[in-house]
Amino acid sequence: MSESPDHYIWRRPHFIETPYIRYGLLALALIYLVFALSTVRINPQRVMAGIPRAISMFSGAFPPDFQARGSLIISGFIESIQMTLIATAAGVLLSIPIGFMAAKNVVIKPVYVVGRLIVVVMRSLHPVVLAVIFVSAVGFGAFAGILTLVLYTIGFVGKLLAEAIEEIKYGQVEGIRSTGAGYLPVLSYAVFPQILPRLIGLSIYQLDINLRASAIVGIVGAGGIGGTLNTAFGRYDYATASAILLVMIGIILVTEGISGRLRRFTK
Amino acid sequence: MLKITDLKKSYGKGEPVLKGLNLTTDERRLTAIIGSSGAGKSTLLRCINRLVPANSGKIELDGVNILDLHGQQLQHTRRQIGMIFQAYNLVDRLTVMENVLAGRLGYVGMLRGILRRFPQEDVDRAYALLQRVGLSQYVNKRCDTLSGGERQRVGCARALMQNPRILLADEPTASLDPKTSERIMELIAGITDELDLPVLINLHNVPQATTYADRILGLRHGVMIFDGNPGDLTEDWLEKIYAGYEDDLKKQMRVAPQEQDDE
Repeated sequence: MSESPDHYIWRRPHFIETPYIRYGLLALALIYLVFALSTVRINPQRVMAGIPRAISMFSGAFPPDFQARGSLIISGFIESIQMTLIATAAGVLLSIPIGFMAAKNVVIKPVYVVGRLIVVVMRSLHPVVLAVIFVSAVGFGAFAGILTLVLYTIGFVGKLLAEAIEEIKYGQVEGIRSTGAGYLPVLSYAVFPQILPRLIGLSIYQLDINLRASAIVGIVGAGGIGGTLNTAFGRYDYATASAILLVMIGIILVTEGISGRLRRFTK
Repeated sequence: MLKITDLKKSYGKGEPVLKGLNLTTDERRLTAIIGSSGAGKSTLLRCINRLVPANSGKIELDGVNILDLHGQQLQHTRRQIGMIFQAYNLVDRLTVMENVLAGRLGYVGMLRGILRRFPQEDVDRAYALLQRVGLSQYVNKRCDTLSGGERQRVGCARALMQNPRILLADEPTASLDPKTSERIMELIAGITDELDLPVLINLHNVPQATTYADRILGLRHGVMIFDGNPGDLTEDWLEKIYAGYEDDLKKQMRVAPQEQDDE
């Protein structure tokens, strides 16, 4: 028994134990920050010159003009929503087999490597890059946009689904396997029910994301409201542009409210 | 019927869990396997239906060496071996009925299974079994809404749905409170008696073993050191089986089953 002191000194252990490395890394980060700021070269003259332009743009954008190009705005949004729905449905359906392929615990190694590769490739390309590729491949319009969003969906839903599959409770798989069930019945009974809530949640979330992305891919010519928005900016028609932006914000607010509520049902 | 010869199993490069185990059961009776944690009880049962691969030896069910089987042959043997788990291992988000019918997945075609289109006689049998275990009112309830005892009843029904030649139970009562645990033991003993099934059951609770089993096996460090009737299991033997696990031993020495608490 050692005698206890009058008081104990306790400090939370440092994340990096060695002081040289700890303070060295901190110093490096500070030096980099100073260096990075020095390369930005903020030009006050350009900022000043930009202010009146910004004022004229905002005054042009107000009040928003829903009427002048009303039919274009409506058809653009309808196309965007159609693209979103088709691409999300197709993308989610394709994500299911690819997600299973990319999950280490349910497939053999070669299949896993292929599955991971598909997911990684689709995730590494930003939708705008994909859209540029597809527009040059299949021409301007909604079809290029749909292909873009399908791949984008596979990259996101496929990856998160694979992660959900890797986190399932294995006891349930053992339980079904011990009955003599084959491979696909085991997936259908023991794995799929465990990831179903996740799949529904991801699909609804992806619907949100795709709606936003559909506006962006339109700017490079892949159909939808993005094209209309781009044209409006190109013609300095800021009133129509602001009308489009307001509708876009409104639609996304509504879908976000609905999807949040729907996801709460999937427990 | 079940004959295990020189079964060896180790996980990775560690100390072997089973060191050349021999065991034969062909009698239709309840055999309890006791032993401290880590003695190899679970591993033994899991080797029998190949949930874990054994390293060497033979496990013969009706003359067929289970360790040689692959693919569909393995599935056909597995469906003859019912298993009840400590953690129930039911699919939480499926209904009671789906979990029970899952016991037929080794028999019905793949598509029928996936689409939940089971033959009428399977559905009838599932209803009968649920009635027998006292859960016929919960047919369409999701399993994660049931209590532990109810879940284990579903687990029993699923195993019996397989029409097994032999039943394995891996500490089926260890996650339950003492009263429920007794009821589940009564259920397993009663059903196996009615169906005339041989049962291998791992138990952590010696009084339960001596009460319900016809034969007791004592496993210690992967070796079978006791094989006899419940009456032959003296305190000396218990001390040998549980030596070095004093807490386990003290628990087992208190003999009245009602006073056992498991957790």
